[in-house]
Amino acid sequence: MHHTWTLARRELRAYFDGPAAYVVLSVFLAITGWFFANPLFLQNEASLRSMFNIASFVFLFFVPALTMSSFAEERRAGTLELLLTFPVRDWQVILGKLLSVSLLLLVAIGLTLFYVITLSILGDLDFGATLGGYLGLFLLGLTYGAIGICASSLTRNQIVAFILGFGIIFAFFLFDKIVDFVGPDLGAILQFLSTDYHFENLMRGVIDSRDVVFYLSLSGFAFLVTNYNLARRPE
Amino acid sequence: MEDILHSEADHNGTSVGTINVRGLTKSYGPERAVDNITFDVRPGEVVGFLGPNGAGKTTTMKVITGYLIPTEGTVLVDGMDVRADTLAIRRRIGYLPESTPLYREMVTYDYLEFVAAMRGIAKERRGARIKEMTHACGLHDVLGKKIDTLSKGYRQRVGLAQAMIHNPPILILDEPTSGLDPNQIVEIRELIRKIGREKTVVLSTHILPEVQASCDRVLIIHKGKIVADGTPRLLQENFVGGRRVRYSIRGDGSEAAAVLADYGINILERDIAEDESRFVLSSRRDIRDQLFQLAVDHNWALTQLHREEGNLEDVFRQLTSA
Repeated sequence: MHHTWTLARRELRAYFDGPAAYVVLSVFLAITGWFFANPLFLQNEASLRSMFNIASFVFLFFVPALTMSSFAEERRAGTLELLLTFPVRDWQVILGKLLSVSLLLLVAIGLTLFYVITLSILGDLDFGATLGGYLGLFLLGLTYGAIGICASSLTRNQIVAFILGFGIIFAFFLFDKIVDFVGPDLGAILQFLSTDYHFENLMRGVIDSRDVVFYLSLSGFAFLVTNYNLARRPE
Repeated sequence: MEDILHSEADHNGTSVGTINVRGLTKSYGPERAVDNITFDVRPGEVVGFLGPNGAGKTTTMKVITGYLIPTEGTVLVDGMDVRADTLAIRRRIGYLPESTPLYREMVTYDYLEFVAAMRGIAKERRGARIKEMTHACGLHDVLGKKIDTLSKGYRQRVGLAQAMIHNPPILILDEPTSGLDPNQIVEIRELIRKIGREKTVVLSTHILPEVQASCDRVLIIHKGKIVADGTPRLLQENFVGGRRVRYSIRGDGSEAAAVLADYGINILERDIAEDESRFVLSSRRDIRDQLFQLAVDHNWALTQLHREEGNLEDVFRQLTSA
């Protein structure tokens, strides 16, 4: 665990030493801020719903952008060989990467608490829905992060890693939107596999373990595939 | 210096820094990068892997460091198997991969601190270790600089410092001098020689003077197999060198040529002239004593008797051209 934390700290420093973290955080705040202020001032509605929705939408692009370098760049630069000859297990390395992305996303999500405070002063806030929304947003970020890292472990080209990661994440986002076009059986499966469907559930304020388990399972699966990719020791 | 590089003794009291490779094969698909090789490295030895690019040097090193898993055969480091005890083995090995990968966006000090942490060095000891490495590798001027801005020679030193920070008994260095200018090469070689006094070092190169300069022993690897194993000097003598003797005498040497031929000595080249006759002779044995005696017996005025030093380049070419 100690090594995982050392790795995560290095990754976080790399985000914050360059412009990446600041660009991501400020653009994320600008977009969510707009979607928070809009209903509040124009429709006089004290709800975080549209803010959560846009945040989950922004994650579709931002998370694979944050993870695209995670293994692809290490492979290109050859540093993967250094990492994987330290006295650590491969999974500790992967966990370190996932931890760093999760923490950065947690910072991004945390900054939006400003809106929650504002709303709770101005109007009547549904705390259950807010809590569910935040939990959903975090789990969404974690899952997208695990998928993005997995995509990055498949290539040494960052652009390929981004497109691949985004493609997979977008597919999981779209699943519940094509339910009407397929039969009811396949539709039910697709709906269950949709990341957006479970997010909608959590946003309603009912925290169902099935939704939580779904995100954790998908993240775990992406984690295992990443571990398999690394075990093959790609050049 | 001695203190910094000194390897700690094993708990069992056995000497640390032994590598035993037995029947190692590593395949990539149908292709065998390393094909059933066997060798031992003793504690404190400096062994050079010599071979053309793609011969299997890097692959062998990657197996020893625990990066790759052998397809067949075993690799033991201080008696531990790379498959079973990979983490314990990794702790005993310092590794500088080919082309010295480093986190270029990091500052040298932070990078070494990160490696020290990953190597399990306690937080309060890291500063002291970095200081020692700074001293050993001459990093004083670059500790506060981004690795990206360093010269190739300095990056190589950072790579070596990184490999030694946990004071491992074994160092694996993949092409440690490639891409350096002549002055930097001399500096890095000097450093490796210093390290080699205390540690087991396995280095690879495709530059011949390198092994002559740094290694106690050479393994010539070609197409995944070991084709020669010995000290640089022994290899020179056993192969092309040691068999050719330059022999010159005063005056017309036609008669001498006939005598030499009578004694079954092979004349490779002859240059017979009025004032001096020159021969290049070859034999499987050392014939210098005999040649001297012949000159005495026949009253030849000997002007040259010189056994040609074999050249590792010839050995290498002889072994790897096929």
